[in-house]
Amino acid sequence: MLKRKILFTVAASVFLGMSTLVQATEGKLVVVTSYPPDTTTTFKKAFEKKYPGIKVEMLKKKTTAGVKYLQETAGNNTSDLFWASAPDAFEILKGDDLLQKYQTKVKGIPEKVGAFPINDPDGYYKGFAASGYGIMWNTRYLKAKKLPVPHEWEDLTKAVYHNHVGMSAPSRSGTTHLTVETVLQGKGWEEGWATWKEIAGNMKTITERSFGVPDGVNSGQFGIGIVIDFFGLSSKASGFPVDFVYPSVTTLVPANIAIVKNAPHRETAADFIEFLLSDEGQALLLDPKIMRLPVNPKAYAKAPANFPNPFKDNSIGSGVKFDLALSKSRYNVVNSLFDVMITYRLDDLRTAVKAIQDAEAALQGNNNPAAQKLIAQAKDLVNAVPIDAAKASDEAFNSIFKKKRKKASTKVTGRQAEIEQQWDEMIKANYAKATQLANKAKSML
Amino acid sequence: MTKQRGPVFAGLLIALILLAFLVIPVVQVIYVAFQDPASGALTLVNFSDFFRSSLFQESFFNSFYVAAMSVVVATIIALPLAYFTSRFNFAGAAIIQTLGFIPLIMPPFVGAVAMLLLFGENGSVNLLLDEHLGFTIPFMEGLNGVIFVQSIHYFPFILINLSAALNNVDRSMEESAQNLGASGMRLFRRIVFPLAMPGYVAGAALVFLKVFDDLGTPLLLNVNTMLAPQAYLRISSIGISDPMGYVISVILVVFSLFALWTSMLALKGKDYSTLQKGGGGMLKRELRGGQKIAAYALILLILLLVLSPHIGLTLLSFGTVWSYSPLPDAYTLDHYRMVFGSAREYITNTLLYAGLAASFDVILATAIAYIVYRTGMKGRKWLDYIATASLAVPGVVLGIGYLRTYNDFNVPFLDKPMASWWVIIVVALTIRRLPYALRACVAALQQVSVMLEEAAQNLGATRSRTLWRVVVPLMSGGMIAGFVTSFATASVELSATIMLVSQESDAPLAFGIYEFMQSASGRGAGAALGMIAVVIVGLGTYFSHRVIERSHKLRTAERQIAEEVT
Repeated sequence: MLKRKILFTVAASVFLGMSTLVQATEGKLVVVTSYPPDTTTTFKKAFEKKYPGIKVEMLKKKTTAGVKYLQETAGNNTSDLFWASAPDAFEILKGDDLLQKYQTKVKGIPEKVGAFPINDPDGYYKGFAASGYGIMWNTRYLKAKKLPVPHEWEDLTKAVYHNHVGMSAPSRSGTTHLTVETVLQGKGWEEGWATWKEIAGNMKTITERSFGVPDGVNSGQFGIGIVIDFFGLSSKASGFPVDFVYPSVTTLVPANIAIVKNAPHRETAADFIEFLLSDEGQALLLDPKIMRLPVNPKAYAKAPANFPNPFKDNSIGSGVKFDLALSKSRYNVVNSLFDVMITYRLDDLRTAVKAIQDAEAALQGNNNPAAQKLIAQAKDLVNAVPIDAAKASDEAFNSIFKKKRKKASTKVTGRQAEIEQQWDEMIKANYAKATQLANKAKSML
Repeated sequence: MTKQRGPVFAGLLIALILLAFLVIPVVQVIYVAFQDPASGALTLVNFSDFFRSSLFQESFFNSFYVAAMSVVVATIIALPLAYFTSRFNFAGAAIIQTLGFIPLIMPPFVGAVAMLLLFGENGSVNLLLDEHLGFTIPFMEGLNGVIFVQSIHYFPFILINLSAALNNVDRSMEESAQNLGASGMRLFRRIVFPLAMPGYVAGAALVFLKVFDDLGTPLLLNVNTMLAPQAYLRISSIGISDPMGYVISVILVVFSLFALWTSMLALKGKDYSTLQKGGGGMLKRELRGGQKIAAYALILLILLLVLSPHIGLTLLSFGTVWSYSPLPDAYTLDHYRMVFGSAREYITNTLLYAGLAASFDVILATAIAYIVYRTGMKGRKWLDYIATASLAVPGVVLGIGYLRTYNDFNVPFLDKPMASWWVIIVVALTIRRLPYALRACVAALQQVSVMLEEAAQNLGATRSRTLWRVVVPLMSGGMIAGFVTSFATASVELSATIMLVSQESDAPLAFGIYEFMQSASGRGAGAALGMIAVVIVGLGTYFSHRVIERSHKLRTAERQIAEEVT
């Protein structure tokens, strides 16, 4: 069969000359993707079945590594598609002029999901699924430790959850960044950071990979995780004793696909995008191992009971009007602040928050204004952020954190490492002082 | 001395290889460390930032502490295994040595997953302890967890090098000591261990350097405040051009070289070579009844501990759902069925890549060892330093360096970039694993007395004939140890390959396991693939042990016959 096909192709190319040479190379499709094999093999099989004779190569890279790979190989590109979640990764590639514009043919896909546009307004990358962040938990763990089920971000700040929560860092995962930013926008700069620090004070760990969070919840290393929806939904569908909920402050963002500039197999790449957005492709997203929210509202007809539908349930992802420009203006600063204040000082932060929680517990039913004042001071110290919202979005300040210099003439004063060291000094001292004050308050009660 | 055209040529060739595949790609990446982030001018300001930052100081201290403690713990694990199996008649010595070696052939990230399931705060052991005795032990908390996992993972470096060294010690020395009345601990402390020092130091230095530079384990255990994770986190999150990540890389390289230099200094001025190779002298001793039981119990306990990652992995690969419980809920073969189809390609690739890389490593390492310790070539020590420095180059940095250097270079006849050709993966593995083979070969050569070579040359043998007929056969134990270490560790390498695999059909096992382990339903399948890897590489190791044992016995037998005839 295959041999005859090859023979035929060879024979045909002799007759048709140059034009078929292009088609002969169309027999392959190289996709650079950050998705796990569950997702990639499902789509690979379905696509190869629909387009016999085409072999799809799924090249698995972490999103950041994928971007790096495309940048480094641009001069001699062999990849056709980039397929990943974080929109900002596509923004970087677009900025480097490494993507190809493409106009989809599929009809019936709305403009927006939640408050977010599904497709890149400039026409470079297309959303194929939506994802939002939420809370997942291990039911056995909560039962064994007698913990209530959390529903909102604020719930996670409660003392009962101390040492039971896990999340990834925004600098490590684009979607975690989005969650952090969503809460900062939803609650405002000061209060947003205060919420994150109170949650982080309850954390068991900050994982290096975003998958480390569902993995930890699934195996019961910690009970509660802040995760992207499909991690929770697919873990549940795979049989783990876990569940997932969207808090009211959350954002839905599209996961995307784009054709790489100078793609060797452009036609096939376009076919793949059309397939992904077709009814057939969208239905595959509801596979128990994948469990992503389709962008085509029709696809939800086949969804399992209780499956979230953002096109019907307006409460999902509408709690915050997400401001993409604001997020972009302070992207690296937020990452850096989170790492300095939380990731790298987690032990100090945990100690301080625990001391405050203990003091507050002791204060219950006691009337002691002096102790109350000390606790309030301790809280202020923990919650203090080295810079305000205006400074965080300040362009000149941000350029210190941007690694690519725009022009040689842009004058940048200060270095990231230098500034982080100043922040770190302040944060470390604050946490230590807060712990001391809280302990003092407790001893007074 | 005679003219050394051969060695000079070989030396230049090796220097060229190291330059092309280690120095240039790495410099391509780390020159950023010396650039002012704002102006791009050359500067040392980034280094002063490093030393002023309390976070980096803390990371430096933690890395040092973890590496040193891991050497201590690894020594405690490795010493009894090496000593008992090489000095006493011990049933199953080959099996024990192989089992003791197996921890190396598991990708570190897989090992840490299994260890968390068993020893984590809510792992099997602690759940059982909590239920029955009401307390838990924080095995895996913070730096303890890193030390625990690292020493279990890397102690085979000490085991393998120490065993080779113990087998090489002239047993007539021990015999003399015994005749003079030394026995037990005293014999070991004063005679055996000091004579095996080069092997021990080689192994301990490897453990130290490996742990000092290792990335995977701290990351999986979510320990950030160490140097390698800091470098990685900064490069991969802030951006490839962030100077601090490379500053840390430079510091890792420099400090690793410093540690290596210290270990050489420790051996300096002492002569460890012996004229007679082990096996010829005294026979292996017998243990008395009580001692035997104690020794077996100790070894069994150690094996149970070091094999716990594998026990965890086995359970994971056969279990259905394993969540917050001492054991999986039920057992199934589904995971194996799932990976069966894709496993064959991964296995072939892995054996091909690791086999080629380890062969190149042994050839290069033998040549470097010979040039450094047996010739007077100018700058010869630098071959050793540079080759060893690759130990300190994070895999990611090497991977990016290759992409940067070789992407625009098309392979003749194939017409595709060299950076996306599978051979580049072999090259990366060769470079990354060269230090292992090198330390083993250097230790082996140090134990060969120069007098033997001089004797051969006095009898009229040419230099190359002496090399092939005298030096290489005497070094063979160390060379095989080097091959096995390089092969086994290359087959589970991930950090550089993850950057360099450009198509699915080129992917090795570790890559496949990593892929599977990234999804909830793929954990069991990834574990199954991991088990397949362990079994295959384990069998390979076991058979090479058997080959060594047999040739050893054969030689002893021949010698005895020869002695009887005369």
